[in-house]
Amino acid sequence: MNPEMHAQPRLAPGCRLSEPNRAPRMLQMPERALRLNGPSLEIVERCDGRRTVQQIISELQKIYSKAEPERVEKDILGYLALLHEQGALEFPAEDAAERK
Amino acid sequence: MTTTIPTPLALIAELTHRCPLHCVYCSNPLELQSRGLELSTEAWSRVLREAAEAGVLQVDFTGGEPLARPDLVELVRAARSAGLYVNLITSGLPLDERRLADLATAGLDHLQLSFQGLQEDSAREIAGTRALEQKLQVVKWVRAHRIALTLNFVIHRQNLERLEEMIAFGEASGAGRLEFAHVQYYGWAFANRDRLLPTRDQVDRSIALLQQAEARLRGKVRVEYVVPDYYAKYPKACMGGWGRKLMLITPSGDVLPCHAAHIIPGLRFDNVRDKPLREIWNSSEAFQKFRGEDWMQDPCRSCDRRAQDFGGCRCQAFLLAGDPAATDPVCTLTPRRQIVEEIIAAANATPAAPVPAKLDWLYRPNPS
Repeated sequence: MNPEMHAQPRLAPGCRLSEPNRAPRMLQMPERALRLNGPSLEIVERCDGRRTVQQIISELQKIYSKAEPERVEKDILGYLALLHEQGALEFPAEDAAERK
Repeated sequence: MTTTIPTPLALIAELTHRCPLHCVYCSNPLELQSRGLELSTEAWSRVLREAAEAGVLQVDFTGGEPLARPDLVELVRAARSAGLYVNLITSGLPLDERRLADLATAGLDHLQLSFQGLQEDSAREIAGTRALEQKLQVVKWVRAHRIALTLNFVIHRQNLERLEEMIAFGEASGAGRLEFAHVQYYGWAFANRDRLLPTRDQVDRSIALLQQAEARLRGKVRVEYVVPDYYAKYPKACMGGWGRKLMLITPSGDVLPCHAAHIIPGLRFDNVRDKPLREIWNSSEAFQKFRGEDWMQDPCRSCDRRAQDFGGCRCQAFLLAGDPAATDPVCTLTPRRQIVEEIIAAANATPAAPVPAKLDWLYRPNPS
């Protein structure tokens, strides 16, 4: 799937970031955990159900202003799609539409 | 000993051996620990902090039935405040919606609900009590509280004919994960093995069905399954390797490398009442005994697969070959595979009955 720009991704039930005081930061899920590096942590921290995909991309483009904006967008969309496929991320509006 | 000590990733906390079910394949030991020996709330809370400090990411609260502990909500809170991911492995029996809400508020991350089958009669034959109706209710509550849910179906000779029905039920249940676990033969399951071990035909059909389900539901529901190792070519990487990733604490506080390690003669376990958890993980005799590769015999010692499967399961090597340092006898590279071949031959001598008959099971009792 390709995430819609207006969708507001949020972590699925059972998926959350490990506590900030524990290093390295992990995305914890039922029976597994993903180690998050700089950009992946920046992305996951912003999947709060309020920010849109477009907002997440804009914020990361500012943080990584030396990288090509198109490249940042492509990487983020790919990463969000991967997390969705792994069952770690929900796109509430679209998930509702899929059920119709 | 030149082996470097790895970081533990998960703690299996057997809070109690008490349980309303009497499953014929229970992973608890044949000698169950009584309520009077169980660790206190304070002791468990300290152990959970020590586990997080040692690097553990996840705690699996299990039993027996962990809900039999009146302090479970408190323990979930203690685990979360230690920074752990909290998983509850339960039959769902002593649960009501109020207590589930309390567990959710305390920080429960994930709940794994066991199913013995989807027909009340045959599930009762396995569990020794009525349970199914309550489990269906629990699924509804868990979904309503948005707690991540895994359904765990233990599969074996007596219920494999109904696997498609279990898959369909799991798919419709709203659970995010479905686990289909072929019985592993230790403890109670070892005692009941001739009634549980499937035929080769049953195994082949079940793997094909589960592969199809996994592919069909990908991106929607995660389907995971454990293959029956008696029918495998190579052994399982039991516990991800001895003392490499996991540890188990019994109700009374003994720290074990796996569920069954107590059956290995002469192995001495340390107790969390006496020593800090990290010290036990790093240096207790039981953890050091089969850590790394120094203990291995041929064919493991020179095998390319030794870093993949770590020689298989020490407990199985003891149970089947009488030597806990032997290559796991399920491995086709060892002459001891003959032991497993004979067991399989007996299981395939008669076809699995289409309708489970009343069998003479050894049921797991409740500890005093």
